Amino acid sequence: MNIHEYQGKNLFRDAGLPVLAGVHCTSVEQALSAYDKLNSKVVAVKSQIHAGGRGKGTLYNPVNGDEVMQGGVKIAFSREDVENYSTNILGNNLVTKQTGASGKIVNNLYIESGCAIEHEYYLAILVDREEKMPLIMASTEGGMDIEEVAESNPEAIHKVHVDVNSGVTVEQATNLAHSLGLEGNASNSFVEMLQGLFTLFVEKDCSMVEINPLVRTEDDTMILLDAKVGFDENALFRHPDIVELRDLSEEESTEIRAKEAGLSYVKLDGNIGCLVNGAGLAMATMDVIKLYGGEPANFLDVGGGANEEQVKTAFSIILEDPNVKGILVNIFGGIMRCDIIARGVISATQALGLEDPLVVRLVGTNYEEGRAILAASDLNIHTAETLAEGAEKIVSLIGGDE
Amino acid sequence: MAIWIEEDAKILVQGITGNQGTFHATKSVEFGSNIVGGVTPGKGGQTVDLGQKEVPVWDKMTVAIEATDADASVIYVPPRFAGAAIIEAADAFNDVKGTGVIVCITEGIPTLDMVKATAHVRSIEGVRLIGPNCPGIITPGDTGGAKIGIMPGHIHAKGRIGIVSKSGTLTYEAVAQTMSIDEGQSTCVGIGGDPVNGTGFIDCLSAFEKDPQTAAVVMIGEIGGSAEEEAAEWVAENMSKPVVGFVAGMTAPPGKRMGHAGAIISGGKGTASEKVAAMEAAGIRCANDPSEIGAVLLKSLKDAGLR
Repeated sequence: MNIHEYQGKNLFRDAGLPVLAGVHCTSVEQALSAYDKLNSKVVAVKSQIHAGGRGKGTLYNPVNGDEVMQGGVKIAFSREDVENYSTNILGNNLVTKQTGASGKIVNNLYIESGCAIEHEYYLAILVDREEKMPLIMASTEGGMDIEEVAESNPEAIHKVHVDVNSGVTVEQATNLAHSLGLEGNASNSFVEMLQGLFTLFVEKDCSMVEINPLVRTEDDTMILLDAKVGFDENALFRHPDIVELRDLSEEESTEIRAKEAGLSYVKLDGNIGCLVNGAGLAMATMDVIKLYGGEPANFLDVGGGANEEQVKTAFSIILEDPNVKGILVNIFGGIMRCDIIARGVISATQALGLEDPLVVRLVGTNYEEGRAILAASDLNIHTAETLAEGAEKIVSLIGGDE
Repeated sequence: MAIWIEEDAKILVQGITGNQGTFHATKSVEFGSNIVGGVTPGKGGQTVDLGQKEVPVWDKMTVAIEATDADASVIYVPPRFAGAAIIEAADAFNDVKGTGVIVCITEGIPTLDMVKATAHVRSIEGVRLIGPNCPGIITPGDTGGAKIGIMPGHIHAKGRIGIVSKSGTLTYEAVAQTMSIDEGQSTCVGIGGDPVNGTGFIDCLSAFEKDPQTAAVVMIGEIGGSAEEEAAEWVAENMSKPVVGFVAGMTAPPGKRMGHAGAIISGGKGTASEKVAAMEAAGIRCANDPSEIGAVLLKSLKDAGLR
C-alpha cells in the first residue's frame, strides 16, 4: 500500500525526522493561504499522486487532452506563481513515466517551504529478498533515477544490510555518511536521521522508503525533501493508523472489489479474460494465451478454495472490462473440486447472460464430473484438455468473431 | 531415499484444531502419511478426529516432539501468529532432537516477521524451514507417502524426478507432466511465493543432486527477485543431473504484484525473460508452456541416456 508524499512527511515529522514545513491542499484558495502561512521566500508546489517522475511529468486537460504545463513539481517565487501553478495542477491529468499514457488526475497538492540546497543525495530502505534482511541504499547522485545510476555508475551506490532486531548501529550509519562524503555536522545529522528513519521503517512495517532527494543544506543539516513510503499489505492488521491513509482513488476500483471478494485481479490491456486458480498458473495462462497469438485482458487468481459465489464475482469483474471478447477458465483442482467449479461456471454464465465465447479447462480432483456437467449443459461452453489447447481454442474463437 | 522427508516421516500439525489444520491433516492421513499429533496453545490434552485416526493435541511444540519424536511439523496458523509458530518449532526441534523440518503453508505473513523468523532458523544448523505461502512438500511412497501440505496427493507417484517450485498449482501441472511421460517423483518441494522464505531453489537443487533416488529435476520459477538467476549460476557450476524449467510471468506488466507477494517486477528487475535467459545459459532447458514440460523433460532424459 502506498501513500502520498504529504502523508509520508507527516509520519516523518511525527517521528522527529528533519522535514521542511508544508501544507496539504486540495484547492487554489488553500494553496494561497498555505503560502501566506509558510512565510517562505520560495515554496515548492508539488502534485500529489502515487507515482514517481512527477517533476519531469506533463499536465494535460482531462477533457480535451490539451497540454497545460510541463512539470508536476514547481518552484514558486511569488503568490502569483503559487496561484498559477496550483490552478494548472489541480484537476488536471499528470502523465509521468510511471503513470503510463493514461496518467493520473491530481486532486491533492503539497505546498512546502524552500531551503538552501548544497547537495542532493539518494536514500532508500527496502527488504533484500535474497539476503532476507533490510537493506539501506544511498548515493551521492541525488535527484536522479536510481535505476539509471545502477546502470551507469553502480559504484556510486552504497549498500548496507541491517539486522532488523538491533537496527542501524552508529558505526554503520557513520561509515555510510563517510562513504557519501559527509563530515562533521552533516555526518552527525545523517546518523541521527538514518537511525530514526530505520526505526520508522520497522515500526510501521514499511515495504519501502525512498528519499530522492535527501539534501544537505548550506548550514550542513540533512533534510528529507522527498517521501515515497510503501507499506507491507500483510502487516496492515497491526497498523490501523496507516490503513486510514489509504487513498482509494489512486487504486483500480475493480482491483479493490476483487480483493474484498478474496480474489486477486490485475487488469491488463488485452481482450481474453482469464479465470485461474493459483498465482503461478494464472501467470502461465496469460503467457500461453500470448504464445498462441492472443492478448490476456487480466490476471485473476480465484485462490485455493473458491466457492460458487466467488466464481460468479470473478466472472462479473472480468466482464466489466469492455475490451473482453472471450474468457478462458483454467482450473487445476487440488483442494478445489472441478465439479464445483463447473457448477459455478454454469450459474455465472446464466446469471450474467454471457454471450462471449468461453473455453473451460478442468483437470485434477473430480475432473470427469466437472467435464460431464459442462457437456450436459446447453450453454455454448467449449472444453479443453490442456492449457495449450484451451489457449488455442479461445484465440481462434475470438479471431472468428472479427 | 528422497530429500529431507522420508515417506514414513512422523509429522506434527501446528494449528491442528483449526479448520485448515484439521481438513488438511485428514487429507494427509487419507494419503497414508504418518500424522502423529498436533499443537494448539490452550487445547493440550484434547484429541482431534482425522477420519481414519484420532491424534493427541499438545500446548507446546517441545512437549509434542518429546512425546512423538516427530521429524517434521506443518504450520496452518493464521498469518499474525505464524512467525512466532516458526520460531517456536525451530527452538523445539533444536532443544529436543537437534533436527527437524518445518513446513509453513500460511499465506499473508508480514515480511518483517519472516525476516526475523528466517534469521532465527538460519542460526540453528539442524532445522530447515520450507515456505511460507507454499503448497508444502511431498515424498510419494510405495503405498501413500509423506504429504506435508495442501497438494492433492492422488496425482503423485513414487519415482525419480525431483520438483521444486515457487507456485502451487503450477507444481501440480509439473507433477502431471512427469506422469504424462510415465515418470514419478522423488520429492516435490513448494518453496512459496513470498519475498522472504526459508528453503530456496539452490537448497533443493543441491539436495536433489546428492539424492540417489533423483535422476532429474523440474524447476518452476516466476517473476520477482533473482533466485532463479542465482540458481541457474549454481546449476552451471555444480549440477550433473539434468534440470528442466519453466518461468511464469512472461506477460506480467512491471510494477504490479501478480497474486503472490513476491511476484513483482520492480525497477525493471525480476522479469521472466531474464530468468529464462539465465537458465538456458546454464543448460537448463525451459518450456514455453507448462503443457510442454513433459516433452522437454523426456528429451533431457533421453539425451542423458536415462530413457
